[in-house]
Amino acid sequence: MSIPRHWRLQDQRYSMVGEVCNSCGAKLFPPRDVCPECSKPAYEPYTFSGNGKVYSHSTVYQAPTGYEAFVPYTVALVKLDEGPLVTAQLTDVDGDEVEIGMPVEMVTRKLREEGEDGLIVYGYKFRKVLHEQTS
Amino acid sequence: MRDVSIIGIGQIEVAEHWDRSLRHLGGDAVLAAMQNAGIETADALYVGNMLSGLLTGQEHLGALIADFVGLRGIEAVKVEAACGSGAAALRLGYATVAGGLHDVVIVAGLEKMTDTANAETTTGLVMAADADYESIHGLTFVSINALLMRRYMYEYKIRHEDFAPFSVNAHRNAVGNPYAMFRRPITVEQFRRARMISDPINLMDSSGIGDGAAAVVLVPSCMAKDYRNGGAVRILASSMATDAVAVHDRPDPLWLSAVEASAFKAYQQAEVGPRDIDLFELHDAFTIMSALSLEASGFAERGKGVWLAQAGEITREGRIPVCTMGGLKARGHPVGATGIYQIVEVVQQLRGKAGANQISNAQLGMAQNIGGSGATVITHILEAQD
Repeated sequence: MSIPRHWRLQDQRYSMVGEVCNSCGAKLFPPRDVCPECSKPAYEPYTFSGNGKVYSHSTVYQAPTGYEAFVPYTVALVKLDEGPLVTAQLTDVDGDEVEIGMPVEMVTRKLREEGEDGLIVYGYKFRKVLHEQTS
Repeated sequence: MRDVSIIGIGQIEVAEHWDRSLRHLGGDAVLAAMQNAGIETADALYVGNMLSGLLTGQEHLGALIADFVGLRGIEAVKVEAACGSGAAALRLGYATVAGGLHDVVIVAGLEKMTDTANAETTTGLVMAADADYESIHGLTFVSINALLMRRYMYEYKIRHEDFAPFSVNAHRNAVGNPYAMFRRPITVEQFRRARMISDPINLMDSSGIGDGAAAVVLVPSCMAKDYRNGGAVRILASSMATDAVAVHDRPDPLWLSAVEASAFKAYQQAEVGPRDIDLFELHDAFTIMSALSLEASGFAERGKGVWLAQAGEITREGRIPVCTMGGLKARGHPVGATGIYQIVEVVQQLRGKAGANQISNAQLGMAQNIGGSGATVITHILEAQD
């Protein structure tokens, strides 16, 4: 797998950098340069908090190539506090514990590896919120 | 614009064809369609296919199949729109005949899926999704649909077993289709107890993966009588619409807006409404897709697609029969070929040649082929032609 393909997405994978639309204020993740709400340009970077709630979830038992070692794993659509939905794995949680509406937060984890000598891809996953935020 | 008719159909059994290569499968379907149409040559060949490059190391299917069936030299190209590739190729063929570029066009759908191991095929299928933002997280195509199904069950308070009628109906109809992959009925109990794939989706929610090829021959409707064919069927409407590839990029994941746009454009072109449709070959890759398709196509209200099935309205005797020859679930889902199987089956119904599965007095049939989890949707409405 090509290294540049992952390198160029490091801001998204490690920090959830999306965009905000200058015209209508919509917050976009992933970044897409044209606002889907108002079709105006959206180039202003915006860093998401990484907090959200589980919108839906499923457990994968039959994985694609490169993910076999993680089976079974839980995947989810997470509704970010700022609005967008994002697709990601849930981590540090049993599949049985997961519920729609459960508060989650972004963490950085290993997404996949390409064999013993291969590339390791890191990026965001979400875990159950451990402590209520005080600030 | 000229009216366009289908004058020939051909298909092979959806199965694990270990003894047949990609080109042989495609060739069998194309030659059968040519024979059924009574043609010996064609102006162009369009081949719908999704995964030949990854799964068999073979791209360039237009020239490959054209040459293999004795049509070396004609215009030929592969069309790709994930699981919607077949109907996307038909849309191209329709456009060239309607627009007057060609008089005789063959459209084939072709997929070879059983030469590879499961993980490879799973990897291939998820290429229909967003590679950078869905697939990289280990999502499979099944799990993307599972996310939709879980949310649907949550919002509308529907149990998993409520989806059973979709699969029971598909298997019942496959019994009468010699080209179907699973020609045996299933019970609600078998549906409930099937092996889990990606919860809540189990094996009986899911369409079958197989090798398949199907083909149709198009001519201008005014020329249909010039060929000694098996019966002409007019294409009253052909439409395509798109949505965001990734489910997370859609403002309302439980509403397939491209299904709605594609279906209603087709109704408008054909000057009909959902009430006029006698049978509907919908894209039942998973039971959840059947429910969502019925809703967005105007056959059921939002959140009520499952209840239409529960009421028996999707069976051959019901108000809107779906998957009349087994659907993706039980005829099988050779992804890039599926859209053409659907068309072949609607033609069988409108010709009155569907055997035990014949829908009585079928005049208008609709076929809807979906790429990905709803990102490309192609709808065709066909009418029996005298």
